[in-house]
Amino acid sequence: MTFEILTYGFMQRAIISGIAIGLLCSVVGLFLVLRRYSLFGDAVAHSSFGGIAAGLLLGVYPLWTAYIVSLASALIITRIKQRFDISGDAAVAILLSSGIAVGLILISLAGGFTLDIFSFLFGSILLVSVDDTVLILGLTGSILIVILILYRQLIYSTFNEEQAKVSGIPVEKINYLIVFIAGITVVTSIQLVGILLISALFVIPNVTAIMYGRSFKQTALLSIAFAISSVVLGILASYIFDITPSGTIVILSIGIFGITLGLKSLGLINRQKTAMKIHAK
Amino acid sequence: MQLNVVEIKNLTARYGDVKALDNVSFSINQNDFLGIIGPNGAGKSTLFSCMLGLLQNYEGEIKFFGQDIKKSKKYLKQLGYVPQKPVFEKNFPATVREVVRMGLPRNVPEKRVDEVLQQVWIHELANRRIGELSGGQQQRVFIAKALVSDPKILILDEPVTGIDASSTEIFYSILRDLNKNQNITIIWSSHDLEAVNKLANRVACLNKILFFHGISEEFFTNEDLLKQYSETAMQQHMHHHEAT
Repeated sequence: MTFEILTYGFMQRAIISGIAIGLLCSVVGLFLVLRRYSLFGDAVAHSSFGGIAAGLLLGVYPLWTAYIVSLASALIITRIKQRFDISGDAAVAILLSSGIAVGLILISLAGGFTLDIFSFLFGSILLVSVDDTVLILGLTGSILIVILILYRQLIYSTFNEEQAKVSGIPVEKINYLIVFIAGITVVTSIQLVGILLISALFVIPNVTAIMYGRSFKQTALLSIAFAISSVVLGILASYIFDITPSGTIVILSIGIFGITLGLKSLGLINRQKTAMKIHAK
Repeated sequence: MQLNVVEIKNLTARYGDVKALDNVSFSINQNDFLGIIGPNGAGKSTLFSCMLGLLQNYEGEIKFFGQDIKKSKKYLKQLGYVPQKPVFEKNFPATVREVVRMGLPRNVPEKRVDEVLQQVWIHELANRRIGELSGGQQQRVFIAKALVSDPKILILDEPVTGIDASSTEIFYSILRDLNKNQNITIIWSSHDLEAVNKLANRVACLNKILFFHGISEEFFTNEDLLKQYSETAMQQHMHHHEAT
């Protein structure tokens, strides 16, 4: 049965888009988690709710308006944080509620909740079109190329801003770039898990991978592996058991995290011991 | 004739209405080992922030290698900086080797990283995660990081704060070696007068104004200066203690 469902066009599109989104979210999410910006994805996703509602009200494709609103919100969070010395979590909380509030007003003006709104709130990966898949692949490819080119600047400014500045890295520009990339990633990922669960894709695979990985590259690869396996298995399981894909993907991701916590509490992931062995060699 | 590598002229820096540095002028010669001393709040870190280009809103002039640092950032490439206590996420998944390589051009060979790690005696820790190391070992990683791009000047902001005595001794002998054998100019702020007396050939004593600048021996053999310094430091310490 598993192989048979892979012959369906909608399933192929869902899996290809899902892999791309899983890859993108884990890579971008690693920088956000390490910058203590874990809830950033949530805030931008919630603000995109206002953008989606505006698109539906104006009769424009909602994801386009969501991109505009999300990018504007991402840049506003960064500006507020820098300019007014407001803590990151407070800026995130303000933006998160503003997006929902604006969205609710626009939806009530448009005549209430529709099926479209629900698909954006909870994801609809099995419904992605060929055009959506091409857009997702194009954006994923472009963002990953930018990250690869600026990899050293990104990792250094994430590790220690002050030292990166002294090394001549344009830290403020890099900070804006990160939030810009995260804004695009969030809206691109809405179709997979929906607005309400988006931060799970950014945070859970990375927090899990950080417990295993010694180096940055190893951690990034593990995070990608956890994200992609949760997405692919989640999509297949949701079809087989006729349950929602977004919830299944996130629960699988949490499952891997739970197993990792278990292994860690049993001492089976013990970095210090491994380190001592390397040291002894 | 000794070459001036750093020249500071009439430097005044303010935080709001409060002056952190008041009309400070001095210069640093090539191969100097300069100890910058002063009580808490004397402006040592502010001076470093200005020199590193982190604080740009100051009056006066700072020149590195004869060039005003407001006009060109090229001098940063000749500079290594070791902060007081590097702030980074404790669980940051990066090995010592990765930390040393951060921000370096891709073409810097792995051999260069090995060399600097050997130079600060932590080569065997190269593949350990940075957060697993002790404070003293981490500081040596940051020296290695500062040295990897072959700087002419090393700036260290109270680098042994919170580090145990034996690590501090290792740290000091590394600094001595860098200055004596590799001709690196060292600018180092410290609270440890005894260490400054042992290591530095020149001393700058700050307390918002430049209280003294000259040969180390001159400062440490002048009882009036020492007495004046310790009284000021004690007053500042009491003031700081009351304020907190």
